[in-house]
Amino acid sequence: MSQLSLISSIPTPQALRIAKLQRVQDFLFHGITQFFALTVLIALLGIIVSLIINAWPALHKFGIGFFFTDEWDIINGEFGGLIAIYGTLATSLIALLIAVPLSFGIAVFLTELCPGPLRRPLGTAVELLAAVPSIIYGMFGLFIFAPIFAEYIQPALAATLGQIPGLGILFSGAFNGIGILCAGLILAMMVLPFIASVMRDVFEIVPPVLKESAYGIGCTTWEVVRNVVLPYTKAGVIGGVMLGLGRALGETMAVTFVIGNAHRLSASLFAPGNSIASTLANEFGEAELGPHYSSLFALGLALFMITFIVLAIAKWMLISMEKKQGLKT
Amino acid sequence: MNNLSNINPAVFAKRKRANKIGLILSTVAMGLGMLFLLWILSILFIKGFSSLSPSIFVESTPAPGSDGGGLSNAIVGSLLLVGCCTLISTPIGVLAGLYLSEYGDRSKVASITRFVTDIMLSAPSIVIGLFVYALVVAQVRHFSGWAGTIALALIAIPVVVRTTENMLRLVPGSLREAAYALGTPKWKVAFMITLRAAQSGVITGILLALARVSGETAPLLFTALNNQFFSTNMNAPMANLPVVIFQFAMSPYDNWVDLAWAAALLITFAVLGLNILARVVFREKVQG
Repeated sequence: MSQLSLISSIPTPQALRIAKLQRVQDFLFHGITQFFALTVLIALLGIIVSLIINAWPALHKFGIGFFFTDEWDIINGEFGGLIAIYGTLATSLIALLIAVPLSFGIAVFLTELCPGPLRRPLGTAVELLAAVPSIIYGMFGLFIFAPIFAEYIQPALAATLGQIPGLGILFSGAFNGIGILCAGLILAMMVLPFIASVMRDVFEIVPPVLKESAYGIGCTTWEVVRNVVLPYTKAGVIGGVMLGLGRALGETMAVTFVIGNAHRLSASLFAPGNSIASTLANEFGEAELGPHYSSLFALGLALFMITFIVLAIAKWMLISMEKKQGLKT
Repeated sequence: MNNLSNINPAVFAKRKRANKIGLILSTVAMGLGMLFLLWILSILFIKGFSSLSPSIFVESTPAPGSDGGGLSNAIVGSLLLVGCCTLISTPIGVLAGLYLSEYGDRSKVASITRFVTDIMLSAPSIVIGLFVYALVVAQVRHFSGWAGTIALALIAIPVVVRTTENMLRLVPGSLREAAYALGTPKWKVAFMITLRAAQSGVITGILLALARVSGETAPLLFTALNNQFFSTNMNAPMANLPVVIFQFAMSPYDNWVDLAWAAALLITFAVLGLNILARVVFREKVQG
């Protein structure tokens, strides 16, 4: 008994040495892992700082008006970002308008309707669709979709939606295939699986008891989805949509192939345009150091800021969803 | 006590109709989604396989206007870029993920890092290309394979960090506590116990990062650029499949467009293969 307490109360010098060594090792381990975690933070700061530094000459020369003028004259050195910013926002908006209802349907199908054995393979198929590199969507858009779009869909749209007064101007002009609308449709195909898989994931965390009690009082499946699942997962659904929006805004390859790459502002969605990402992809390689170069950086900065805000909102929404899940289980 | 007679048949019929319409529409949405997948993949297979030939793996990309040619320089370039990117991003990502899971519960630094990593996951890749251009290419005044590797690593690291953290968090706390009770120092617990228990999850994360990176085009446009000739010099512009697809698909030459389809098929096979491999690795772990 007394011997035991002796052992535990007076550490041998050897044990002390080991303890000291281990404290140093743990300190190093903490320091090293923290350093690498911080590199991610530093990388983000570095991106923002380097974009601002390189964009500064353009922002200084053209002022805040840079983001609101539609001038893009490489020869005379006059630049404004409006056309590219409009193209980015318009294509992303079209993509969301189409992809959100479709992915909602897919998520409902996968969680409520799908027969058990098919659930896993179909879910995996949607996730694999999300993994297909965006350049494939671009090629598919340029070679396959755009000709079909020009041949059949554009005339049909012009004959129907194009006849509505006021709205008609959106669907007027030549049937080229490639243009803002085509880019928006290809983007929709691309973000569809992203949004659908996030929506499916959040639908799945609805506690079965909630749904079962709604079924128990005689609700139909659709009523359960509308009045139980959707209100419960609202934040998560919005988060998923914002995540898709973030992808759509920053997408380069799927858009560059089909947007037409014309620096023109046109009311028609059939007309070719340009997005921030496609402008960068097409012009940055040939840009001379000077106003053109720094204007492209200013566009990059605008893109980064827009997506940063959208993704931050998405993240915030999804975190609040996760907390809710934590409370329930 | 039969209350069924109280049900208003008109309301009941309306509810049933709404239900039917809603469910039919969601089935149609699923059908459309699958149709897109089949459409894209079938086009890719038809066009890709018809232009796939043994010479693609042997010859380099052709000069403008010349016949034939292959993709060997681009395939080797892509493998080199992605391989070096993995070598850089794996240690950084795994160590950062370790920090987030082992020290990240109360630390402010960790929660900010987690938030930033999540944003970097979907940050526009072309902006990362711009950043690396300004950081590396503008300084050394030439495009290089290393610049491309750095750009790809910046995209891969957040993927590795987040999956590593999530997988390490799945390791039960009692396992760690048992090791601590034996007097094991923290770094040893992290490397010998936690990381080993979460091994296949971490590998899944690395494979997913690889899959994500191998299809990326935008960040390579201003960093690795392209090289018409066979080169394994990482300090020079380097050919790679995505940029070859981008340049060749937009070109007026038929044989270039064919090569672009073949390259697209190879890239898609690689990406989907890696994704499926990641799933298999992860599933084995969950069942085992």
